[in-house]
Amino acid sequence: MERRAAVRDAAAAPGPPPVQEELRRTGGRTREDVLTLVGAAAASVATTWVFYTKVFPFHGSVGFVVLWYAVFVAFYAGLTALTQPRPVVVDRIVTTAVVAAPTLVGVALLSVVVMTVYRGLDALTNLNFFTQDMSGVRADDPFTMGGILHAMVGTLIEVVIAVSIAMPLGVATAVYMSEVGGRGSQLVRTVVEAMTALPSIVAGLFIYSVCLVQLGMPASGLAAALALAVMALPIMARASYVVLGVVPGGLREASYALGAGKWQTVWKVVLPTVRPGLATALILGVARAVGETAPVLLTSGASTYFNANPVRDPMNSLPLFIYASIQSGNPAMEERAYAAAAVLLTLVLTLFVLARMVAGGRKSSR
Amino acid sequence: MSGEVLAPPALSEVPGPDEDRPRQITARHSVQDQVFVHSARGVGLLVLVIVSSIGVFLGAQSVPTLDHYGLSFFTEFRWLPSQDRIGIAAVVVGTIQVALIGILIAVPLALLTALFISDWAPAWLRPTLVRLVDLMAAVPGIVFGLWVLFVMQPPATEVAHWISKYFGWFPLLHVRTDVDYPIWNQAPGYPSYAGSAFVAAIAVTMMIFPMACSVMREVFMEAPAGEKEAALALGATRWAMVRTVVLPFGRSGIVGGTMLALGRALGETISVVMVISQAFEIKPYVLESGTSTISSLIASSFKEASPSQLSALLTAGFVLFVMTLVVNSLAARIVARSRSGKGTEL
Repeated sequence: MERRAAVRDAAAAPGPPPVQEELRRTGGRTREDVLTLVGAAAASVATTWVFYTKVFPFHGSVGFVVLWYAVFVAFYAGLTALTQPRPVVVDRIVTTAVVAAPTLVGVALLSVVVMTVYRGLDALTNLNFFTQDMSGVRADDPFTMGGILHAMVGTLIEVVIAVSIAMPLGVATAVYMSEVGGRGSQLVRTVVEAMTALPSIVAGLFIYSVCLVQLGMPASGLAAALALAVMALPIMARASYVVLGVVPGGLREASYALGAGKWQTVWKVVLPTVRPGLATALILGVARAVGETAPVLLTSGASTYFNANPVRDPMNSLPLFIYASIQSGNPAMEERAYAAAAVLLTLVLTLFVLARMVAGGRKSSR
Repeated sequence: MSGEVLAPPALSEVPGPDEDRPRQITARHSVQDQVFVHSARGVGLLVLVIVSSIGVFLGAQSVPTLDHYGLSFFTEFRWLPSQDRIGIAAVVVGTIQVALIGILIAVPLALLTALFISDWAPAWLRPTLVRLVDLMAAVPGIVFGLWVLFVMQPPATEVAHWISKYFGWFPLLHVRTDVDYPIWNQAPGYPSYAGSAFVAAIAVTMMIFPMACSVMREVFMEAPAGEKEAALALGATRWAMVRTVVLPFGRSGIVGGTMLALGRALGETISVVMVISQAFEIKPYVLESGTSTISSLIASSFKEASPSQLSALLTAGFVLFVMTLVVNSLAARIVARSRSGKGTEL
């Protein structure tokens, strides 16, 4: 310490005192960068406005935005080129595109949400929308009459049945593929993977032609639940299989080394380890099943009245209600469709947030 | 020395590695384990039967179809149940058109967004963006259908009108109408530009964007940090670093993500059904009103189908399934090749 101070003193003696060296901020923007950006933005808005509204006979907001973007990129590149070398100019051009794309998608997503809630607001603000069904309600009736209780209950029943079929089978299949193994498991895995490609409408058509046409089942909530289950089974099996694959082999070996059998290892070690992952897979599967329209469209039949019996009469569900209301072409029904879409969106969003909470902030790719 | 050593060996004569044989383990499963193994196998085989029966059933339906309609089923473009003239040529072409346009819009957006998330966005923003993309994947197709129908369709028809007016000489962008007519001046609604393959593709774009984006982002994020930093240390700009390190590393992710999205786009049903105006015609004019896809065909005509027509629909569904299956398994193979074995996916 002493010595270092002495050295410093000695070094400092002839020249000026040493200045405290500041850490240079890396990756920060200089004032020039910011001014270039602001200048390009202002100039491009002004230029586009003049040309778009005064010089050329163009109109419409889409054209304005596209033209503005092109002009902005040109100005920004030109301004940058005044002071910077070529690679920086290219970098900035690419950066505008890389920022523009997510912005565009974000605006689209935002407009989906805002539009759905906004257009459905009239119907949503009436409490009876959630407590009544549409039986005896004509399309033009005011929003104080009728609601989507039947569709919400229908969705609930159908999804619960579908998941209680698909989830146990899916998890058991995943356990078989991942923990039991053997000759058959490779085949099961290949087929399950292949069937995740099954389009949902084809799953619906399969149930329609087997259960409704050949077996003579009536259009009902059960048929819709079966169609959803057929669609969800391969998806859930594969998702669970991927989750099971994450369990470190060391845990299993430790369990075997302690003398546990296969069943004990699976039941007491493997499944508890992946419980959050399985819950996430389950909830995301439910979210997918809730929003699927195509299988339900083919199998359940749209009804306007409340029906909590899945085996007898047609049973409506939220996506089907939306579809049928839009097809009716009546403006009031369209608003009801938007309100139902807002409810559906809220439901899916809730499930999604739930899945994130169960996953406990763990990084997840699905 | 053979393996049977009776006395424990002295320290000096420790057996070499070739003499160290693994002990023969005979697994005696307890009753519990036997029950477990057999029931798990039973469930696995049950699922195998259920799941493969769908494929077999769909495939088997093509026999009566080909019996009844012959090979013209694949070449006939009209769908006239009343005259019993049925074919899937037009819907297959329509399906591919809609899917390809969707890919054409979605993939650049997904690629740029994935790059933004992996390399441009500040670290604190990244998890939020990843979650938003995942959330977008959970939005039901019917909501996107509504959105396209009422929000995107009017500006999209104007854009289509503009494109066909100035680029109509290019066959793909042609519309068979008088382009100098303003779009509001043509018979009820917007007959010539609304409900086209292009507008349907916008809905498909919203459905496939999240999937393509998250596959690409995952691969981009696995790009080796050392090489990225090396490129930056050599004075590369961010784009130069991405171009030389991230994109070459993530090439298989880009291709695989695109093909996964294509598989999804082929099967997309409800948002397409809501948007398009059904027309059975093979035509290259993607901006023109009227197209149809296999799934929209199924959704719109299953109700009035006679048994032979139902099996024809099932055959069409089978064709769709085979198309998505081929695309998906190619994609899975390509994506799997990019993973270097490290890191696990959930």
